[in-house]
Amino acid sequence: RALCPSPPAAPALLRSLRPAASVGVLHVARQIHTSQQHLAPVPPLPEKGGEVRHGLIPEEFFQFLYPKTGVTGPYMLGTGLLLYFLSKEIYVVNHETVAAACILSVIIYGIKKYGADVAAFADKLNEEKIAKALAIKNDAIRDLETAIEQEKKEQWRVEGRSYLFDAKRNNIAMLLEANYRERLLTVYNEVKKRLDYQVAMQNLKQQKEQDHMIQWVEKNVVQSITPQQQKDSIAKCISDLKALSKSAQVAV
Amino acid sequence: MKLLDVKLGQLPTWLAMRDFTPGGIGGALRRGYERYYNKYINVRKGGLGGISMVLAGYVVISYMWSYSHLKHDRRRKYH
Repeated sequence: RALCPSPPAAPALLRSLRPAASVGVLHVARQIHTSQQHLAPVPPLPEKGGEVRHGLIPEEFFQFLYPKTGVTGPYMLGTGLLLYFLSKEIYVVNHETVAAACILSVIIYGIKKYGADVAAFADKLNEEKIAKALAIKNDAIRDLETAIEQEKKEQWRVEGRSYLFDAKRNNIAMLLEANYRERLLTVYNEVKKRLDYQVAMQNLKQQKEQDHMIQWVEKNVVQSITPQQQKDSIAKCISDLKALSKSAQVAV
Repeated sequence: MKLLDVKLGQLPTWLAMRDFTPGGIGGALRRGYERYYNKYINVRKGGLGGISMVLAGYVVISYMWSYSHLKHDRRRKYH
């Protein structure tokens, strides 16, 4: 069995389609994808090739002669042609015929003996190729499915956006509030300081005035006490004291 | 239209319709090759017939081309 190389069957299909309008004129609409042929999914390879009988003659020839001549028709035709070629010496029997006979017998013996093994080996190689390609395809499909799930998860996450923004808004509001209160406190402190200063000033002034007044009154009173008055007051005090001591002595 | 559908009397007309430019001939050869390839070789389990038919055709054609040399090996008195 022959190993299969990969042929350009699809580009041949593409080459047989011609564009509807000339390519240089851009504004004319070009008919693209109007035929039913698609490139994907690629049609799978056929399982078996065309039937060949005796390795040389395609089966279609036998089917072509079957209605008119039955099953033995092509063989009769073959025998007749062979005898005709031999008798008219269109096929010449010479040394090359002997060589051909030997070679053909060896080839046919080899094919009959080892054909099945070679076919199995070739099939195994093909299976490995196909399995590798299939593994790659499955991996790719799995990766894409994972990517799809991740994408769906991200889409689900987007729905939570509003909660995130609410939390952020709350945070900012709290910050603003705290800042406002801080500044309010500063203002209060400053104003209190100034008012305290004013109060302290007033108190100080009052106290100073009081002190000054007391001092002035004392000074004036001391000044007004003349020496005569002082002597009189001292004598009075002494007499008062004597009287008191007398009353105290009496009381005891 | 295919050659097998052409009636015998219409053969000259059909021959005149064909494209004999080099591009046309090349296209015809390419189509024939692709037909044979996709039928016998580009399959999952190809058989022996795919290449053996090509080799048999080569043998036949080389016999035809060398017939003028082989004529002298015929068994007759006067060639």
